[in-house]
Amino acid sequence: MKKVLIYITLKEGVLDPQGKTVQHSLNTLGYETVREVRVGKYMELLMEDDASIESQVEEMCEKLLANPVIENYTYTIEEVVTL
Amino acid sequence: MKFAVVVFPGSNCDRDMYHAVTDALGEEAELVWYQHANLADYDAILLPGGFSYGDYLRSGAIASTSDIVLQLKEQASKGKPVLGVCNGFQILLESGLLPGAMLRNKNLKFMCHHEDLRVVNSHSMFTTAYADDEIISIPIAHGEGNYYCDAETLEKLEKNNQIIFKYENNPNGSVQDIAGIINKEGNVLGMMPHPERAAETLLGSADGLKLFQSIVENWRKAYVTGA
Repeated sequence: MKKVLIYITLKEGVLDPQGKTVQHSLNTLGYETVREVRVGKYMELLMEDDASIESQVEEMCEKLLANPVIENYTYTIEEVVTL
Repeated sequence: MKFAVVVFPGSNCDRDMYHAVTDALGEEAELVWYQHANLADYDAILLPGGFSYGDYLRSGAIASTSDIVLQLKEQASKGKPVLGVCNGFQILLESGLLPGAMLRNKNLKFMCHHEDLRVVNSHSMFTTAYADDEIISIPIAHGEGNYYCDAETLEKLEKNNQIIFKYENNPNGSVQDIAGIINKEGNVLGMMPHPERAAETLLGSADGLKLFQSIVENWRKAYVTGA
């Protein structure tokens, strides 16, 4: 089995109202060094071993998990170690 | 004229839409469950507002993967009028029937109030009953209505007169104050404001009724002999 870790972020240049609000809150809490916050999504997929796992993950990201108009995605694939 | 109102799990403006078509407009409509619909049976297709699939992942994203979208694309390619309001607009964007995407409102708030819209293009099959630059009052009710598209897409929208409605006072941060757009062919309209909630003066505004009347008028001109 493989564990796929998918990170979805807003593209550069796309306004992130949520990130902006989180940044203001951090600044209010006294963390004045924070200049920008971008909020994204993180997903974990547990998948059966398959030779085409990478192309499948990319297809899923393009088709559903990310919206290519506004979002970018990256992923890593880990071996699931069962004890 | 027979309208289909497609109901998804989580739609909540379906009955408003049905009421606007049957009672305010005086045409036929049917509520059709998204899994059982045969869209070929109808003259126009309405995608109502709401929170299909709880807005999980992104608004409209899960609904856009359902089989009905294939039917929708087929009917749209035949020139049939398709109107998506609010969540319906989001589904049209997520399924690629219209260009662009929705972001959270700039102020992060769910907003529910009337907005003044400018009719930018009164020559579409959805707007012929309006005049160019007519100002109409239509309610909005959304948390993710901040329309986004890249500069290239925006240029195309403007060049092809695909921008139909603009906000007079942009409430959500949409690029170019966009409230509603059509596809290049002109038969698919997506808009965040709710014309079906503004179809009777009793409800505060009847400005939305002309949108439905435009659809009927243009359909009659195209399909009914002697009309």
